[in-house]
Amino acid sequence: MAVTLDQTIAQKQHTFLSRLFANQTFWVVIAVILACLFLSVATDSFATSKNIFNITRNITFVAIVALGMTFVIITGGIDLSVGSVLCLSSMVLAVTMHAGYSIEVGILASIATALAIGAFNGLLIAYLGFPPFVVTLGMLSVARSLAMVASNNTVVFQFGPDHQKLLALGGGAWLFGIANPVLYMILLAGITGFILRWTKFGRHIFAIGGNEHAATLTGVPVKQIKVVVYMISALSAGLAGIIQTGWLGAVTTNLGNGMELQVIAATVIGGANLAGGVGTALGAIVGAALIEVIRNSLGLLGINAFWQGTFIGGAIILAVLFDRIRNFRRSD
Amino acid sequence: MSVLELANISKHFGAIQAVNDVSFSLEAGEVVGLMGDNGAGKSTLVKMIAGNFHPSHGTMRLDGKDLVLHKPADARQHGIEIVHQDLALCNNLTAAANVYLGRELRRGFGPLRILDYGAMYKRAGQLFAELKSETRPRDLVKQMSGGQRQAVAIARTMLSQAKIVLMDEPTAAISVRQVAEVLNLIRHLRDQGIAVVLISHRMPDVFDVADRVIVMRRGRKVADKKIASSSPEEVTGLITGAIEQVA
Repeated sequence: MAVTLDQTIAQKQHTFLSRLFANQTFWVVIAVILACLFLSVATDSFATSKNIFNITRNITFVAIVALGMTFVIITGGIDLSVGSVLCLSSMVLAVTMHAGYSIEVGILASIATALAIGAFNGLLIAYLGFPPFVVTLGMLSVARSLAMVASNNTVVFQFGPDHQKLLALGGGAWLFGIANPVLYMILLAGITGFILRWTKFGRHIFAIGGNEHAATLTGVPVKQIKVVVYMISALSAGLAGIIQTGWLGAVTTNLGNGMELQVIAATVIGGANLAGGVGTALGAIVGAALIEVIRNSLGLLGINAFWQGTFIGGAIILAVLFDRIRNFRRSD
Repeated sequence: MSVLELANISKHFGAIQAVNDVSFSLEAGEVVGLMGDNGAGKSTLVKMIAGNFHPSHGTMRLDGKDLVLHKPADARQHGIEIVHQDLALCNNLTAAANVYLGRELRRGFGPLRILDYGAMYKRAGQLFAELKSETRPRDLVKQMSGGQRQAVAIARTMLSQAKIVLMDEPTAAISVRQVAEVLNLIRHLRDQGIAVVLISHRMPDVFDVADRVIVMRRGRKVADKKIASSSPEEVTGLITGAIEQVA
């Protein structure tokens, strides 16, 4: 039977189901659902509205930063500075508002700080050829130190005239009783997914992660895109910082300490590849969800909190193991 | 009239004379094999035509008009396309995405312009059909054979109305069956009136597909003759220097 051109063009490599089963994000979703079902049965306290509210809100901070990190990881880079940038952005917001400025000025200053740091990281990486690991590791130290300088290493918990507005922004639940941070997360995930799938910029990010040399040869503005990608990562950390400040109602200089590991873990568990070229917005959210459910369940099951690191680390290794197994099968 | 004319082109890097006073012309629908040992100046010559390097001396004329290239994008704009030796493909993207890399089609207005997947799949599919390749637009390049990958890289050159396609060692690292496939792709380009420059080390390929062979040695053109009036033995002699020069 002759195959027409239209059939060839429409030909997909896999059916919907086979693609679904080959998709790491899908399996992580299954894992999260199974864990939730198990915990609902095994404990009385899991499936309460208060606990669900807590979990969903706790997911958001890691998830929002993981969305930004996804851009960086797809290009094959890494951003270790996000935890410190989150802290610095929060502190800039807190200090600005504490000095009597309005919430708008505070947020602007905070976002400007994050973007400036992202631009600095990106310029060094893209134009001077610094390894991303080194630049952002340096920035991890610099940004946290700057947060200490800005606050003189004190806790800021009074945010001037717009104090209540800030707390409502982060701690409220403006729609159907869903915590505000969750709403922001959903909105940002939608934007991220749209950019990655439907824009030229998104396509170029994947191209850079797949083969940077090829991207350069075909006229993709690789350097500019890399700078923007690190700015997006820092921006997501800054936004998470603003929201978290409103939720906590106080900023300390150890806010976001060690967060970069959770964020990178969430991204990788969700299916992004640290070698570049692969990653999704949904994966970042689902990865963050799995980490939070593991943390939450350990508490509810009465397991010593010291085990948390072991379980989360185990989940990271397991996620990469699945990826390896798939690749082994492919290369056979 | 010739599509491309090079007149007394030279290129030196400091004291090193990479290309020395080379002149030749390309006709539409002609395949020219460019041969020579490593360091003979083939790549430098091609990079000048592709806009990567600026000639130190000499002039290039495209369709009778002076041609000055400042960057590779200029060459592309003039209808000069290059297939790089490593093909410059992204394994994580589909065939269609690779064909359109850097020139993605979009639809919509103003700032809200989104990728036009449908149009890109369609056009890429047509190009593969023209090339008589079994490559499918939605397939990931990761899973493709060497010949299919070549087809993707060559389809890229057919997006715009290319006049000249420069191919850098397209048959260097693929299987025998795939070599035949690639040579067929080259014939299809020729049949559409495109001038093809085939840089190759492989004598059989050049004698199979080319109409003319240009041999370079130490930066100079030492031969420029019809394939029909030459032989692999003669070309080998020219490449190594056993034969000094032929008219």
